[in-house]
Amino acid sequence: MIAYAVLFAFVCLSLALALNLWRLLKGPSVGDRIVALDTMVINAIGLIIVIGIATVNDIFYEAALLLAMVGFIGTVAYCKFLLRGDIVE
Amino acid sequence: MSGAGLFVDIAISALLVLGASFALIGSWGMVRLPTLMERLHGPTKATTLGLGGILVGSMLFFTFDQGGWTMHELLISLFLFITAPISANMIAKVHLHQLRCGSKDDVAGPAGDPPVPSETANWATYEAPHRDSVAATSET
Repeated sequence: MIAYAVLFAFVCLSLALALNLWRLLKGPSVGDRIVALDTMVINAIGLIIVIGIATVNDIFYEAALLLAMVGFIGTVAYCKFLLRGDIVE
Repeated sequence: MSGAGLFVDIAISALLVLGASFALIGSWGMVRLPTLMERLHGPTKATTLGLGGILVGSMLFFTFDQGGWTMHELLISLFLFITAPISANMIAKVHLHQLRCGSKDDVAGPAGDPPVPSETANWATYEAPHRDSVAATSET
């Protein structure tokens, strides 16, 4: 049963990533692209977690945790750059 | 398979399916909704909740099915639940700033511009850059 749930989660998250990619390419504004990148990082974390369940491997959580932190910092850096023209003042 | 094992399997599968569905719905909302202020709703609420479901499901899987005792998925959930509102706030500020700068790509939502807080204060974004100043802020 878990195998089918994992398969369903793979399909859903891949579809979500494709939709995010569409929004990232389409835009139209810079804010839309930032939202798309942020959501892509969140969906990628979910995908990594599901891969960890599918392969019964504990090592994927460190990757997911790192991606969570780096993704958030990236989003804030994009926003700060657009707001101030500088990241670290 | 024992009764308790079957129950745990059902719980894990349900959490995975629900979480993945919520993530998909959040991304679909980001594609479908008309302006940036509406598009922010999908990723910040639905996708974050979906990821929380997936993480709790993975925690149950590794605790009960594999016999280990892992809690560090909760760390990711906690971090995401803290940072999602902050990123949404920053992106909304970018949107207001771009609106104020007169960007053609940014459109005000159906609700219109947010109300100005009071006589002297304003939203914590910056004015459109003045042509002559070095750093155009609202400190005028």
